[in-house]
Amino acid sequence: MTERASKLTLARASAASGSRTPAQRALLFFSRIWAWLFLGLLVLFFVVAVPLTTGGSVNFFTVRNSQNILVAIIPVLLLGLGQTFVIIGAGIDLSVGWVMSLASVLSALALRAAFNGGVPLFPAVIVGLIAGVGGAAAVGLVNGVIIAKLKVPAFIVTLGTSFIVRGVAYLMSENTTVIGLPDGIRAYGNDALIYYISGEGGGLYFLHRPEVSGELLRRMDIILPYPVIVTAFVVAWAIFLLHKTQFGRHTYAIGGSMDAAVRSGIPVDRHVIQLYMLSAATSGVAGFLSTLRFTAGSAVIGDPLLLSSIAAVIIGGVSMFGGAGTVIGTVIGALIIAVLTTGLVMLNVDAFWQFIVVGTVVIVAVLIDQSRDLIMGRARGGAAR
Amino acid sequence: MSEPLLSIRGLTKIFGGLVAVDNVSFDVARGEVVGLLGDNGAGKSTLIKCISGVHASEEGEILFDGAPVAFASPMDARRAGIETIYQDLALANNLDVGANIFLGREVKTRRLGGLIQTLDDRHMREQSRQTLDSLQIRFPTLTEPIEKLSGGQRQAVAIARAVYWEARLMIMDEPTNNLGVPEQHKVLELIRTLKGRGVPVILITHVMPDAFAVTDRVVVMHRGRKVAEKTTARTSAEELVQYMVGARNDAAA
Repeated sequence: MTERASKLTLARASAASGSRTPAQRALLFFSRIWAWLFLGLLVLFFVVAVPLTTGGSVNFFTVRNSQNILVAIIPVLLLGLGQTFVIIGAGIDLSVGWVMSLASVLSALALRAAFNGGVPLFPAVIVGLIAGVGGAAAVGLVNGVIIAKLKVPAFIVTLGTSFIVRGVAYLMSENTTVIGLPDGIRAYGNDALIYYISGEGGGLYFLHRPEVSGELLRRMDIILPYPVIVTAFVVAWAIFLLHKTQFGRHTYAIGGSMDAAVRSGIPVDRHVIQLYMLSAATSGVAGFLSTLRFTAGSAVIGDPLLLSSIAAVIIGGVSMFGGAGTVIGTVIGALIIAVLTTGLVMLNVDAFWQFIVVGTVVIVAVLIDQSRDLIMGRARGGAAR
Repeated sequence: MSEPLLSIRGLTKIFGGLVAVDNVSFDVARGEVVGLLGDNGAGKSTLIKCISGVHASEEGEILFDGAPVAFASPMDARRAGIETIYQDLALANNLDVGANIFLGREVKTRRLGGLIQTLDDRHMREQSRQTLDSLQIRFPTLTEPIEKLSGGQRQAVAIARAVYWEARLMIMDEPTNNLGVPEQHKVLELIRTLKGRGVPVILITHVMPDAFAVTDRVVVMHRGRKVAEKTTARTSAEELVQYMVGARNDAAA
């Protein structure tokens, strides 16, 4: 009896873990690294294909192009960062696009008012930051309270607030664009840490844009613009928050099992509210940065980015069912989209093809994710509810 | 006999028009395993949810360690030392053993002069390992999500969690459900271990062999009421089944 029992235990244990076939283990490994692999192959492809198709007149692998890609991913990535937390916590935030727009308008209005009221430029920019991010976070607070306290599905709530926020952004901007901002903010939104002019008469410049024109200006590379640095800090902070703190642990717990989280005494309602505030806040940073970049507040800037940001999160391996995902995954997802878009343009492929390719990648990403769950025997009953 | 650790007096819980728990009273002494028996819908789960702070009762009184208590939340009850292990275990399957044992009560390290706090995963894992060792539970790895563990192993994680947090009273809801026979034995063994440590256990079950294997006393419920309270050694499965199906009722007599 006891011998038989221990054999049974062994059999069960091996069914529950261990003993996967080599093919399964290989697939499992592939599912973990495919996004990195795909990004690498994509870069490699464009590095080879772009000079080939253009006869060597255009190169993909240049400092300038790398910086273009970094600048291009900023809004998608910032929207995606907050979304990463929300989706790991088994929610969804559809309002991030219009919240970014609202933040752009709010920060422009506040910055303009402060500057025209005699506040010096830098403090006025800070006022703009506080207004943009604060206004965005207020929308997040409303989202979170309705979702956590009134138990309305996140999909519905954030869809609703996105319409409301859209209206507010249009009304406040008095027809889409807030102009008349101080000229000086252009530097905040576009200047960089490093400038490099290659070749004769060039050199390396730090913090200040060298006064050059003509041929020298054409040869100048702008390396690490301030918005890229700000975004890098937000990414580092998000990694820390999600992977090293109690807040992050609770986010995974809520997404993995709402019941377990509640019964473990995690303040779930408060946490969910904080998740939506966080998501709105990173979108607010995106809106603020876009205002600096374009020296104008725009009520339409964020809307087209919503779906791209969710695509980045999914490609990055965040489970739409909650409980799984990483910040770095989302960064990779955003990079894949930006590299694809930039590369296809350089290949002279019609820009609309990017949508078709990105859409395909999103679906493939989820398929790979599901095959992993299948191997791991992960039950996904909660999904359909 | 010394004063009971837990004393339930005339507890009543009503959902809408349904009286889920109707004027139930019973005691649990230190180091005692009490079986709570009843068919599905008898009110066992609702009763323990009143004790563990999930539900507030309409009437009646709960005395814990001699003092009346009214837990506002499950966390309140846990702070007082009442740990409840539900059938679904309330574990986060996407987290590892250590994260689950410390879920909601994570150990943090202060960094940068207390400015920020990070999770001390190493400490939590080490403490988890020690607790599991003391219960003679062996896992191949503590660093992988527990979704890879078997049902019995997960049950053991839930028990280890309660043990680590020095539960003074343990409530277990159908712990052997959905387990293979060897794992059922392991869980019953863990209940005996708890009893040996002086931790009383309320074992909710409708499995007769389980009740007879580990309990000292059984309370039988039927349609929200307590219909019998027996010393396990002085009753039989036949007799208890009659109470469970409503064929006998001490309260009505």
